[in-house]
Amino acid sequence: MNARTLQNQKGLILENVNIQLDGRTLLELDTTIEPGTVLTVMGESGSGKSSLLDFIAGFLKPDFKSTGRVILDGTDVTTVPAQERHIGLMFQSPLLFPHMSVAQNLMFAIPSEINNRTERQRLAAEALEAVNLEGLGPKDPAKLSGGQQTRVALMRTLLARPKALLLDEPFSSLDQSRRTDVRQKVFSIARERALPVLLVTHDFEDAEVAGGPVYRLDSPATEPQ
Amino acid sequence: MKRLLIAAAALISGLFTLQPVSAQDSDWKDVLDEAKGQTVYFHAWGGEPRINAYIQWAAREVENLYDVRVVHVKVSDTASVVSQVLAEKSVGKTSGGGVDLVWINGENFAAMKTNELLAEPGWAQSLPNWTYVDTENKPTVLVDFTVPTDGQESPWGMAKLVFMFDTARLDTPPASLDALLAYAKSNPGRFSYPQPPNFYGTTFLKQALLNTIADTSVLSAPVDPDQFEAQTAPLFNFLDELHPHLWRQGQAFPKNAAHMRQLLADSEMDIAFSFNPGDASGAIVNGELPPTVRTFVFDGGTVGNTHFVAIPFNSSAQEGAQVFANHLLSPMAQMRKQDPEIWGDPTVLNVADLPANEKALFDTQDLRPATLTPEELGPTLPEPHPSWVTALEQAWATRYGAGGQ
Amino acid sequence: MAKFRPGSNLPSLIVVLLLAGPVLAGLAGTVLPAFGYLPVLGAREITLEPFAQLFSMPGLLQSTALSFWTGLVASLVSLAIVLCFSAAWSGTQTFQRVSRFLSPLLSVPHAAAAIGLAFLIAPSGFLARLLSPWATGWERPPDLLLVNDPYGVAMTLGLIAKEVPFLFLLTLAALNRPEIKSYTKVAASLGYGRMSGFFKVILPQIYPLIRLPMLAVIAYSTSVVDVAVILGPTTPAPLAARLVVWMNDPDLSLRLAASAGALLQLGVSAGAILVYLLFEAIVTKLSSTRLALGHRIKSDGAGRMAALGTMVFIVSAMCLSLLVLIIWSLAKSWWYPAPLPQNWSISALSMALMQTPQILGTTILLGVLAALISTSLTLWLLETKTHAAEPVDHQLRTLIFVPLLLPQIAFLFGLKMLFLMIGLDGSFTAVLLAHLVFVLPYAFLALSDPWQRQDPRYARVAASMGASRARIFFRVQLPMLTRPVLVTLAVALAVSVGQYLPTLMIGAGRVVTVTTESVALASGGNRQITAVYALLQLLIPFAGFAVAAAIPAVLFKNRTALRLDA
Repeated sequence: MNARTLQNQKGLILENVNIQLDGRTLLELDTTIEPGTVLTVMGESGSGKSSLLDFIAGFLKPDFKSTGRVILDGTDVTTVPAQERHIGLMFQSPLLFPHMSVAQNLMFAIPSEINNRTERQRLAAEALEAVNLEGLGPKDPAKLSGGQQTRVALMRTLLARPKALLLDEPFSSLDQSRRTDVRQKVFSIARERALPVLLVTHDFEDAEVAGGPVYRLDSPATEPQ
Repeated sequence: MKRLLIAAAALISGLFTLQPVSAQDSDWKDVLDEAKGQTVYFHAWGGEPRINAYIQWAAREVENLYDVRVVHVKVSDTASVVSQVLAEKSVGKTSGGGVDLVWINGENFAAMKTNELLAEPGWAQSLPNWTYVDTENKPTVLVDFTVPTDGQESPWGMAKLVFMFDTARLDTPPASLDALLAYAKSNPGRFSYPQPPNFYGTTFLKQALLNTIADTSVLSAPVDPDQFEAQTAPLFNFLDELHPHLWRQGQAFPKNAAHMRQLLADSEMDIAFSFNPGDASGAIVNGELPPTVRTFVFDGGTVGNTHFVAIPFNSSAQEGAQVFANHLLSPMAQMRKQDPEIWGDPTVLNVADLPANEKALFDTQDLRPATLTPEELGPTLPEPHPSWVTALEQAWATRYGAGGQ
Repeated sequence: MAKFRPGSNLPSLIVVLLLAGPVLAGLAGTVLPAFGYLPVLGAREITLEPFAQLFSMPGLLQSTALSFWTGLVASLVSLAIVLCFSAAWSGTQTFQRVSRFLSPLLSVPHAAAAIGLAFLIAPSGFLARLLSPWATGWERPPDLLLVNDPYGVAMTLGLIAKEVPFLFLLTLAALNRPEIKSYTKVAASLGYGRMSGFFKVILPQIYPLIRLPMLAVIAYSTSVVDVAVILGPTTPAPLAARLVVWMNDPDLSLRLAASAGALLQLGVSAGAILVYLLFEAIVTKLSSTRLALGHRIKSDGAGRMAALGTMVFIVSAMCLSLLVLIIWSLAKSWWYPAPLPQNWSISALSMALMQTPQILGTTILLGVLAALISTSLTLWLLETKTHAAEPVDHQLRTLIFVPLLLPQIAFLFGLKMLFLMIGLDGSFTAVLLAHLVFVLPYAFLALSDPWQRQDPRYARVAASMGASRARIFFRVQLPMLTRPVLVTLAVALAVSVGQYLPTLMIGAGRVVTVTTESVALASGGNRQITAVYALLQLLIPFAGFAVAAAIPAVLFKNRTALRLDA
């Protein structure tokens, strides 16, 4: 691959990424996700999707071997610890912290530089409003419906001011009607904030709505060799 | 001027009368001075609330009188104290030891003495109250299980084997070893003794040995392993005959003296025994035994000994320990100790030779009906040499304690 | 927030520093005398003489066999009871009710449980009194050998009564996971009976979680002293109980044989564990062929009732024992056949309470500190090890568990020497350090599994929001582990409170706890005093467990997902 000028280049660049386990290549990827666009990654289970997410987010286990770089908004973050990468993560399940209220979950994500209490509370309330959940702040997250939980999880991710989003089948647990709704919300916010998004999914509809390029991972198990 | 002279003379004469006369007294004064402010950790068996309360009282006394603080370290087994001093010696801790004074006698004393774990000899006889100790009629205050005390332990109380029975169930108690065997045979399951090496169990064995051995004189010397079997044959014949008629057929034994008391109270057993002649009275006061319980001894006497307090070689408060040991020998402390309502442990003092006031304390004491008078208690048989204890316990364990004979 | 990035080896280093000295000293204090080396007694030659002396002890073989069998049988029966009961009733109302009874029983110290049980079943005991003489015709107690029987039946029962709550609690924790419930439903929908579904589907999944504790139970049961002394046979006694007698014999040379005996005891415990592992392998092998045969055993009603009956029997026996202890603590005179005391008195109780504030304070302070230190250290160790992406290594694990496997009495003589040499003995700090040696393994045992079962994605989500390691630990992981951490603290507290020999020997009588006080007072055998102190001993762990249960209930009143649903 030809060298790119990194300075001032916005977006998420995955440069010559190669992930191996036990000497076997799980996946290879070399691509750029522009701000506000969605790269959809599709593939069978076991095709290495989660390893890719782990690699980008900084959680890859030491038994995996990897080469290549992750460049975010012009900065090489490949060796930066997860908590300093500013890459937001959403999983299949919302994973709201069960010991905190909805508002506490949101405030947990707000950077500590904003240290005024009322300002933090205001931001959390505003985030709830943005997804039509105003007033649910004091609630127990376990009492929310699945769609509500996913929306809170989304806002929690965004409140941490990420520079990119990694979505690991975040809509798969929602029923059809909710799904369209929530998906729309996620993508529009990403566009608004010019965030590069990497979406892992099984669902063709997800890919269609996302509108960006689609990358197919073949299950190495089905490949000869 | 004249006045001044008189005052000076008075002062001088006063000084003279205050001044200790003998060298011994001046030594003791030094001990008292040194002891001031010391803390004495007194390691003593803590299994009897009455005794614990007595020790507390004595500790309060010496704190008020001599500014010596005594802390009762309650132990479940004196051997653990020996163990502690031994460990301290192993690592060369020759001062500042953890034990300042220990309640001890018999085998534990012998073990500490032979392993040189005790303070220099002679301190016990130098205590001011030693003069009241009855060395004439109570020879065991000088010889502990045939081992000379050499002034390395100070006597505290007298112990003697006494039996207890409930008059509500038994009129005439069996007052000899043979009568006891006959009683057990006709009333199976109603007598037993704690399992050696429990102290009370071993004491019962010693009593039986004293009653069965042909020549008691061999008991004052160490065991001759070649003769042991022949010498103890009558004892084990007796036990072989007795065991099938014991409580639980001799397959399980009472755990200790208190367990025997409990079994007597629950009418599981008819006869129990103790090593403290005032035990029955105390237990009745306590509610542990019914008021109908009485005490008896074997004709011809029962085994008895003296218990002591000793100072380990590395005690951090040697003087304070001596002051406390001396106080325990005072007539007042000894009188209270003998009171069945307080403890019921017989005195080591020669009451007849006490000053009149102190003697009166003892003369007016009510020993209660369950306690035998000194005359009724009969002669005290001396303890065998400690080596007999080990040999007896081993032989017993081989015969009765190893399962499936 | 401050950076939280200690070297991944710092907690390991602390654990090693804390344990290696005591463990090595304890081992040396056991092994050297066993081979004839104890200079203070003039023994300086390496010889096998102590073993010869040991094997010449009358009845040694029976003692060894007794320790081995009672321990192994008690452990196996306890496990069987717990598993059968869980198989038959988990997920039902009955199960919940019984578990509410069993959990507090865990705080009853072994000795107290054994004393209560002995009061209960003896021929002049509580049960006989309730029935005599009107039903039994016993005007006097019959001469029946129910306690201290030569085959160790009473002792085995005592051990079972005590191990069942422990194993049950662990099984309960293992079962309390959402996916387990779904598997239960799957097995049922495939037509499997409750019990066969449990044994074929659930047990293989939860067994790894109860395996290590089970081995600890075997090690404990084969080397138990207090229960053996109270309920066990005496002609001869089990090995561990005899070791204590030899160790405390005024004839100091017996110590060498006792040390050799300690090694034999280690062999007995290790042997019992090996036999268990063999048994486990055989069962696994046999059942793997039976697993797929399709036997569904739908009608298991009789089995279920039997499992319930056994469990209810154990729970009632324990509760009755406690009741008898309470009555005795208030009884001045209580002679057969009176079903209730002839004379009541609170003197023993008030005397104990008057004397104990300071002792109680020392006990609680020791226990709380030991619990906090051992739990924090365990958490720290687990957190760093997770981050270093390597499990807690084998040597470290062994080091942590050695103190559980070696008989305390021999181990402690070496430990005592170590503390004497560094001039620490007799101090509060020294006793605390000694407690940690025995508390840490339990903290580790109780906490490592819940830690490993956390969903790692929560930490990842938090990290992706920029939370530091410290923030993730204190704000996310720790609060979500509140319940297991509190239970660990309570277990650690209970273990610390239960330490008798370490407190006595290292504390040199200067540090007095409720336990040393109770054992000393109980040595006189006065039942009222014994009962009062047994209850006092039970009070602190009980309070600990109650608090551990209450805190999450209050803290998570509005947090459904963290509520315990058994």
